[in-house]
Amino acid sequence: MANSSTVEAVARKPLPQQQSRLKRLLRNIVKYRVLLLMLLPTSIVFFINCYIPMFGLFIAFKNINYVDGIMGSPWAGFDNFRFLFATSDALRVTVNTVAYNVVFIISGLILSVSLAIAINEVTSRLASRVYQTVMIMPNFLSMVVVSFIVYAFLHPEYGFLVKHILPLFGYSSVNAYMHPNAWPYILWLTKMWHSIGIGSVIYLAAITGISEELYEAAVMDGASKWQQITRITLPLLTPIMVILTILNLGGIFRSDFGLFYHVTLDSGALRSTTDVIDTYVYRGLIQLNDLGMSSAANFYQSVIGFFLVIGANSLARKLNRDTALF
Amino acid sequence: MNTASNTKSYSKGPKGAQMILHIFFIAFSLACILPVLLIVAISLTNEKALTLQGYKFWPDKIDLSAYQYLFNHSETLAKAYGVSLTVTITGTLLAVLLIALYAYPLYRRDFPFKKAFNFYLLITMLFSGGLVPFYLLYVNFLNLKDSLIALILPGLSNAFYIFIARTFFQQTVPEEMIESGKLDGASEWRIFFQLVLPISLPVLATIALFTTLMYWNDWFNSMLFINNTDLYSLQYVMIQMIRQAEFFKNQLAGSGVALLVQESVPTESLRMAMVIVSIGPILFIYPFFQKYFTKGLTIGAIKG
Repeated sequence: MANSSTVEAVARKPLPQQQSRLKRLLRNIVKYRVLLLMLLPTSIVFFINCYIPMFGLFIAFKNINYVDGIMGSPWAGFDNFRFLFATSDALRVTVNTVAYNVVFIISGLILSVSLAIAINEVTSRLASRVYQTVMIMPNFLSMVVVSFIVYAFLHPEYGFLVKHILPLFGYSSVNAYMHPNAWPYILWLTKMWHSIGIGSVIYLAAITGISEELYEAAVMDGASKWQQITRITLPLLTPIMVILTILNLGGIFRSDFGLFYHVTLDSGALRSTTDVIDTYVYRGLIQLNDLGMSSAANFYQSVIGFFLVIGANSLARKLNRDTALF
Repeated sequence: MNTASNTKSYSKGPKGAQMILHIFFIAFSLACILPVLLIVAISLTNEKALTLQGYKFWPDKIDLSAYQYLFNHSETLAKAYGVSLTVTITGTLLAVLLIALYAYPLYRRDFPFKKAFNFYLLITMLFSGGLVPFYLLYVNFLNLKDSLIALILPGLSNAFYIFIARTFFQQTVPEEMIESGKLDGASEWRIFFQLVLPISLPVLATIALFTTLMYWNDWFNSMLFINNTDLYSLQYVMIQMIRQAEFFKNQLAGSGVALLVQESVPTESLRMAMVIVSIGPILFIYPFFQKYFTKGLTIGAIKG
């Protein structure tokens, strides 16, 4: 008897276990129904804003016409992509996007970190606070406001630079909005003005978190200020520098749309140096109604962006397990 | 923001070095502030003086006519303010509530579906459908063109803030408190609203302020979804102003009408006055930002 029951038990074993797993799941759902209910609204929002558009990427493979609608339109295979990459647009916007981002990431990192280290050396608490307050202010202004500021300097007739500064160097009446070659510098300056203050406050917060004892010990050992910075501050800042750079690298195929669209006033004359993937997709979608090209560029941006994030993260993981995002 | 407080042992540099630092930071601060002051100055300058002398940092004579014009013909402005305020307040309240509601179960150690919902969020940070499907969904399927929902809904999904809130809960809300709440017979809702939220005010305030700023400064969704002039937000009105005035000028350039129009409507200073009016509320909430700022940023820097 005992023997046969064990055999039976062994034979049945997988079944009850499966059953109990299902049961446990159901029991957990009932037990935690309130927490699940709390998660529900946000989950729906994410589903609408993020998940449905992900599935919408198939539009890039469709030949959209308004008679059949999006779902009913015929499949186009890779036609949209062929058209996109046959034009010189694809190369131009890709190069612009990546080049601007690389420059922004590198210079932003160097400038914010140096600024953070410098402000940490200010001994007056009041002064330090005032500087920080002022430094982060530009970041609170929208890109539309920033576009007005740039315009106030560059207005072809009345602009402060154009009217009062350039004449000192013998130039008169320059319409910057017609000179594409000036824009990499203008956009770089605008971007840095808008973002390094806030960037440095983030690093400053990290510096403040560094234990004072390390510096005390270093001072006892006779370390100079420079040695303290290079041997203590910078190495301890590295993890957060890596994390933020990874985040930025993952977005290297995306750009600050407002910067490239509003600050340039969407001037057609400047496109050779200011058009990026985002403005290209937007124009294709809203102004030109060229859904095929626009959605192909959109797909290209999303998919490469995804691999960039994954790649950057695994790189960080290799360097140091703790610095990876996931 | 007592970030300079660790100076006791962090040996003070020589006086000269401090001087150089101060000179540098004063120059840097000026570089941050002066461009905005230029806008203020233009908005206060007489239109004729502007066309003669260009934009200057110091108006010869302060002229408030741009602001007068703005407030006399304020229907557009009032409407835009109304739209921006409605969107910002509704959006911020909803966003904070939704973020807290999602972050709380993720923090609960005993919650068995934590991993799945974490993953659900993470994916949204890694991969995005991009603009085209997003636009088509909103316009063709949800029919949200010319609706305020189209201005609020996109801002509600922010995975990053959820991770920040969760990290904050983990650091400051003791598990025992939840336990004791349960023992006292409090429902999950009650624990959440009466125990967890009150002690999480710092992080909620940080997120609320960031969200306020995001909604107030948003122009992108207006540009995508709004055609009805009654629903223009402040930012969108400004976009129209910077583009249309240019158009307006080009149309009239060379004709005698230009001078006439310029005299009756202070176009140049008016535009800048509009910018100042739109920045106003931000400067108003700025001190509140200051208070929570470093805290919020530090929490954000901790690995999620």
